[in-house]
Amino acid sequence: MNIAPFNIALMGVIGLLGIGFYGLMVSRNLIKIVVALQILVKGAMLALVAAGQAAGQINLGQSMALTVIVADTIVAVMGMALGVQIRRRMGTLDVRDLSSMRG
Amino acid sequence: MLLASLVALTLVFAIQAIRARQLISSALWLAGVSALSATLLFLYGAQWVAIIELSVGAGLVTVLFVFAINVAGDESLDRKAVPPWSVTAGFVILFVFLMGWFLLSRTPQGPGSSVAEPALQNELWISRGLDLIVQVVLIFSGVLGLLGLLAETDAPLDGSMAAEVMATRELEMRTELQGVESQLLNVQENEP
Repeated sequence: MNIAPFNIALMGVIGLLGIGFYGLMVSRNLIKIVVALQILVKGAMLALVAAGQAAGQINLGQSMALTVIVADTIVAVMGMALGVQIRRRMGTLDVRDLSSMRG
Repeated sequence: MLLASLVALTLVFAIQAIRARQLISSALWLAGVSALSATLLFLYGAQWVAIIELSVGAGLVTVLFVFAINVAGDESLDRKAVPPWSVTAGFVILFVFLMGWFLLSRTPQGPGSSVAEPALQNELWISRGLDLIVQVVLIFSGVLGLLGLLAETDAPLDGSMAAEVMATRELEMRTELQGVESQLLNVQENEP
């Protein structure tokens, strides 16, 4: 069976998005949630590049993927900074314990 | 075949990154996902993004993860989902099915644009100049976030700690006062 490269990329995108989505739902640790977000964004980035290549506009796909990489890195940095400071102040990284912060 | 193998390996690494009990293992599996994604991007013709993904995703972000885990501690939690497992699995299967149906039912009809594509530098600096400005702002906020990651100021005193500090100070003042009183008594006794 010969599968087109674009379809292989799409399967990878669906898999990465599914795994990231699953990780977001099951993770209780703040840093693990950032890991799940990173996996989700890798899927989105691969989708942008594959779509760019399929449409014959790979440079457009690259420039959009570049923006995604920058935004993703900043999200990771901010998430980790939040995690570290929450751990220092409240002694836990568990999102269920942090729900005591409500009102 | 190579592409399919790389995609399968990427998915395995991603599953391991979610399944790993220790945060440090999770970060290392994620670095593997980044490296394999960079290889895939290279094979799909996005060489510049592949280089940046390899250096930033597999390098910088992994270093930051390891640093943050060292600072915050590797707090391993039970992987017990907040929503029930059946609900989680149902949502994920539905999501993957819908995405698969939506994406795979559309086969590409060859290159969509017959117009010559602009070079990457023109695309980046001219067509998507606004994106670059947003990226600069994002990088600035990322630097501020990094300062937050490195900040080591203590938390402000909460109620109980403030009361404890006040009690300690009061005790110290009382001790000093008692010392002064005893000195005064000694002086009065020694006076003729």
